[in-house]
Amino acid sequence: MNLRRLLAITKKEFIHILRDRASLAIIFVMPVMLLFIFGYAVTTDIEHIHTGVVDLDHSPESRALVQAFVNTGSYSFLGEADTVAALTEAMDFGRIKVGLVIPHGYAASLWRDEQAPVQLLLDGSDPTVARTTLATSQIIALMQGNRQNFLRLERLGRSLVPGGVDMRPLVLYNPDMDSKRFNIPGLIGIVLQNVTVILTAFALVREKERGTMEQLIVTPVRAREIIVGKLIPYVVVASFDVALSLIVGVFWFRVPIVGSLSLLILLSFVFLLAALGMGMLISTIAKTQLQAMQMALLTLMPAILLSGFVFPREAMPTVVQWIGYLLPITYFIDILRGIMLKGVGMEALWQDTLLLLGLGILILSVSIVRFRKRLD
Amino acid sequence: MADKDAITVEGLVKEFGKLRAVDGLSFSVPKGAIFALLGPNGSGKSTTIRMLCALLTPTAGRAEVLGFDIVRQGERIKERLGYMSQGFSLYLDLTARENMEFYAGIYGLTKEEKKTRMAEVLKLTLLEAKSEAIVGHLSGGWKQRVALACAILHRPDLLVLDEPTAGVDPVSRRVFWSLIKALAKEGITILVTTHYMDEAQNADLVALMFGGKLRDFGSPGDLEERWQKHTLEAVFIAMVEEHRSLLEEVSR
Ligand SMILES: Nc1ncnc2c1ncn2[C@@H]1O[C@H](COP(=O)(O)OP(=O)(O)OP(=O)(O)O)[C@@H](O)[C@H]1O
Ligand SMILES: [Mg+2]
Repeated sequence: MNLRRLLAITKKEFIHILRDRASLAIIFVMPVMLLFIFGYAVTTDIEHIHTGVVDLDHSPESRALVQAFVNTGSYSFLGEADTVAALTEAMDFGRIKVGLVIPHGYAASLWRDEQAPVQLLLDGSDPTVARTTLATSQIIALMQGNRQNFLRLERLGRSLVPGGVDMRPLVLYNPDMDSKRFNIPGLIGIVLQNVTVILTAFALVREKERGTMEQLIVTPVRAREIIVGKLIPYVVVASFDVALSLIVGVFWFRVPIVGSLSLLILLSFVFLLAALGMGMLISTIAKTQLQAMQMALLTLMPAILLSGFVFPREAMPTVVQWIGYLLPITYFIDILRGIMLKGVGMEALWQDTLLLLGLGILILSVSIVRFRKRLD
Repeated sequence: MADKDAITVEGLVKEFGKLRAVDGLSFSVPKGAIFALLGPNGSGKSTTIRMLCALLTPTAGRAEVLGFDIVRQGERIKERLGYMSQGFSLYLDLTARENMEFYAGIYGLTKEEKKTRMAEVLKLTLLEAKSEAIVGHLSGGWKQRVALACAILHRPDLLVLDEPTAGVDPVSRRVFWSLIKALAKEGITILVTTHYMDEAQNADLVALMFGGKLRDFGSPGDLEERWQKHTLEAVFIAMVEEHRSLLEEVSR
């Protein structure tokens, strides 16, 4: 490794970045944009589910039932429909996902100590909403039954006997079970990977396309000097993006960093090594900038789907889980969540760190070996 | 091979799939000579040059450049070589000086060497006035001299120029050739391709290529004598005509 050659390449690459508007936009605008878009779009919280009601009973009891749904905070009622047909139509057109039909005589059958039938319509094409609503409705039905029993006992001059199981949950790390707190750390990883891979994917391809590669490889420069020399500016630039996305995460989305910030930054550099290596590898394979862009986007899909960012990896088939193990982002998301949410340190993260470092070195070595100083 | 030869080529062949772009070339060029490779489009000039610069691996045959084997010692050749590729591949978003500084670094010049050598080369190539201009904004003649400046910073023993005067006005071409001749006087061997026969007249040695084969080799005077023409241009046209009539005969 000749230091003079390395520095010459690093300096030149810096100038390219600083004089290229597209690169600057990718560095400074793209991470913030992606964080905002995904930060608001990727939420597994069940909120504001559009719900319609047909209340044919018009009793205080029927209104109490509707109020019980409203009180959960997850359902927003879009008003009453007159007929069941109108409610079904609203679901067909996607205006509502949940429909509640309270038949005539609901209150009366309650007071007659009968099972009062209530129909719940669920849009099963959205299983998350359907499943959550099903569970919610069962609890509400149980509670309404209890309330009825309580009133009945009261009328008979007796009181309810306390007893049964009292389950007391203690939710660790994210007590409000706010999905943002879970999503944002992972999202920071996804955004960093995307930005760095796209940036470096162009690093060599640009020279191939503009014909300067031929001029470069006819000099005594070594493959590793080109790859490492080009990587250095992107490490600097990407560390800006680490800071930028942490700032947005902490100050805008209000996801605090429970653990050590300096450890988080240190391990981010380990991840950057791997992510920039991926971009560089793409750069050695692709012949045109278009190809490089497509390949860069191709790395984004598995990163989102298989890394555990959105879907829990435990639920995936073994083969798919293994593919996840090959992605640097899988380990980095573990690290991000570990430090930001759980506040753990190296004692819990050393395995992730070692695997991440190993992958990074492997990917970079492959791109150096793949780089040919010949045209054929 | 003799020590005084800069280039020796024996039976050099390059195939791209079924296409034989270079078909059994043999010649040698002494040190310090200006050597012009002439031939119509697609005759294999650039391919030959790329093999000699260790950018392409030959399919068959062998060659030595500056005493090094082009297959096994390619990286040694690259240390002593200055190369201007077809179409001057410069970094268009960098200034002339930044381009030169980059190549000075790539060739490992020390800080002092870089400073003195850059000043020398800027002066030699008449670039002082434009050294801070972004190369992409310069016209063809200036770009050409920036490319030359980048190629000679490290005092190469062999300067390879692939169509260095394509798309450049006649005055700039003349200036350029006076530079080339000055460099040759310093003992640098020059390998150049061109489609301008008046330029080739400046060469000490000329190789005429057609369809990947060497058709003739010698000084411009030798060639004119052999083909019984007054200029290289007439020789070139005669060679192409000969092949055309041959082709027509075959197809008839
Ligand atoms: N990388 C390649 N792959 C396939 N064919 C190639 C490749 N490079 C060159 N060729 C072909 O080889 C032949 C010789 O090309 P070459 O560039 O050496 O010609 P040239 O004499 O330099 O022509 P010109 O005067 O137009 O520059 C052409 O038919 C060209 O299409
Ligand atoms: Mg050519």
